[in-house]
Amino acid sequence: MRFVAARRWLIGFMLLLTACSATPSDSTAPSASTYIQNKGSDTIVNLALAWAEAYQTVKPEVRISVTGGGSGTGLTALISGTVDIANASRKIKAEEIQAAKANGIEPVEHVIARDAIAVIVNPENPIGELSLEQIARIYRGEVNNWSELGGEDRPIVRLSRETNSGTHVYFLEEVVRLGDKENKEIFSADTLLLPSSEGIIAEVSENPNAIGYDGLGYVTPEVKMLAVARTADQPYVLPSVESVNNGQYPISRDLYMYTQTGAPQSVLDYLAWILSPDAQQIVTDLGFVPILSPTAGK
Amino acid sequence: METAKGERWITWIIKISGYSSILFVSLILFFLAREGFPALGEVPLKDLFGARWYPIEGYFGIWPLIFGSVLVTVGALLIGIPFGIGTAVYLSELAPAWIKNILKPIIEILAGLPSVVLGFLGIQLAAPFFRQFLNLPTGLTAFTGAVLLGFIAIPTIVSISEDALNTVPSTYRHGALALGANHWQTIWGVTVPAARSGLLTAVMLGVGRSIGETMAVMMVTGNAPVLPRSLNALFLPARTMTATIASEMGEVATGSTHYHVLFFIGIVLFGISLAVNLTASSLALRSRKRAERLLS
Repeated sequence: MRFVAARRWLIGFMLLLTACSATPSDSTAPSASTYIQNKGSDTIVNLALAWAEAYQTVKPEVRISVTGGGSGTGLTALISGTVDIANASRKIKAEEIQAAKANGIEPVEHVIARDAIAVIVNPENPIGELSLEQIARIYRGEVNNWSELGGEDRPIVRLSRETNSGTHVYFLEEVVRLGDKENKEIFSADTLLLPSSEGIIAEVSENPNAIGYDGLGYVTPEVKMLAVARTADQPYVLPSVESVNNGQYPISRDLYMYTQTGAPQSVLDYLAWILSPDAQQIVTDLGFVPILSPTAGK
Repeated sequence: METAKGERWITWIIKISGYSSILFVSLILFFLAREGFPALGEVPLKDLFGARWYPIEGYFGIWPLIFGSVLVTVGALLIGIPFGIGTAVYLSELAPAWIKNILKPIIEILAGLPSVVLGFLGIQLAAPFFRQFLNLPTGLTAFTGAVLLGFIAIPTIVSISEDALNTVPSTYRHGALALGANHWQTIWGVTVPAARSGLLTAVMLGVGRSIGETMAVMMVTGNAPVLPRSLNALFLPARTMTATIASEMGEVATGSTHYHVLFFIGIVLFGISLAVNLTASSLALRSRKRAERLLS
């Protein structure tokens, strides 16, 4: 987490430096450079930075400034017209669309990548598949021993990310509460809140009692991913690029970029490039799920 | 004339740097109070001292965090005091000079070890070892944190205890030996009691060092905000006040209730450290006065 944050700052700083060093040449040819403001979700910020960096080699004349702050912050900035692209790890809300229209801005949605959350256990654990309901009951503290799920007689040690993580909130809403907005269940108090994804992998790979969850990209061979079913009578599916893209794996979400209608050509070009195989390779490298291009087929 | 002027300048600069610490402490206090006390108005006292900490859903009970910190600190002292004072006694009373020359720098290296390094060792080695050795559900427990904190507090306790033991006049030792006490009787009956106030200060500073430590604790205690029900809680996960502030402050919206409550936790921590330091200095002062009375 810390390293990621540091790297994020470093890259931001480097982009700033390149922007600064380029200023004198800008004054000689002002029309040659375009500037894209990109802001929003912290889940996406590393991906957006990596894209912005890579895009420098594709179109050196386009400068992209990327900042985080959260999905809400980015969308608010889009509504007030201060950014070109807002990053969001959730869909835009109806009231946000209303606010945008009141400002004369029509938001346009682009799905730019997907994020799957894998539920992991120790390889020694004989359990290989669970339904969402069973995972929810584990994390609510209603199931406390693996034998209740047909496993060994071992206590269940629940691992989670810290509450400030977007992944934590997503897991709370979609798994612990099973997507029910009225449901006010929360994580069991004895859930271990670990400060990093790596911490979860380390504990799960070492402890046969543990269960955890993590972004697909963080999962290493030392832990075992569980096949997850939406309900007990539906098929149990392992997370993978394919099962996320065809909608079979239940714990996955789309990641978005929002623009407005009538966005400049440079912004549209950038978004088109983001869906290209080169840019989607970066998605894979950073542990997210790329969107299969329509030609690649389903 | 010129030198006098120069000296006056230097005196001023030194004076200012001397007083600046007072300024800094009062500024910190002011800032903590300004950001933390609004929490009392936003969260009812009953909820603030409730049993559940889950800030993103509005549960702001800080008891589990206070107990977590106390549990880990007490555990650290149970390890740190015997080891720390034992080491100090050995260094000052028993060890031959050449061993002392090796041991002291090593203890100083231990003091300089960044706590994140200890935390890393804790995750990789201590936690798995304790889980298997003590047959626990997980190794990420208050106990693992306490052991690491013990190691962090030991250098502080050793160096201050050793200073205290060294200041005991050698006439005390000679007197005891002359009266027929053996080496051990001299140490436990005369030298250690004579250095008592210094040893207490060492322990108190060890407490301060442990309760304020963040990184190592955050890495190995599991950070589950559970209210301890029995002594068994030492071997279960716990969440300390420092770890809570460190992990949540980065992402919290400025001015929100959660933000104010985190600062309120800071006030509680500040209060505890202040109480510990005041106790330490009053103990030191009281025994000094007693010693002066006896000698006069």
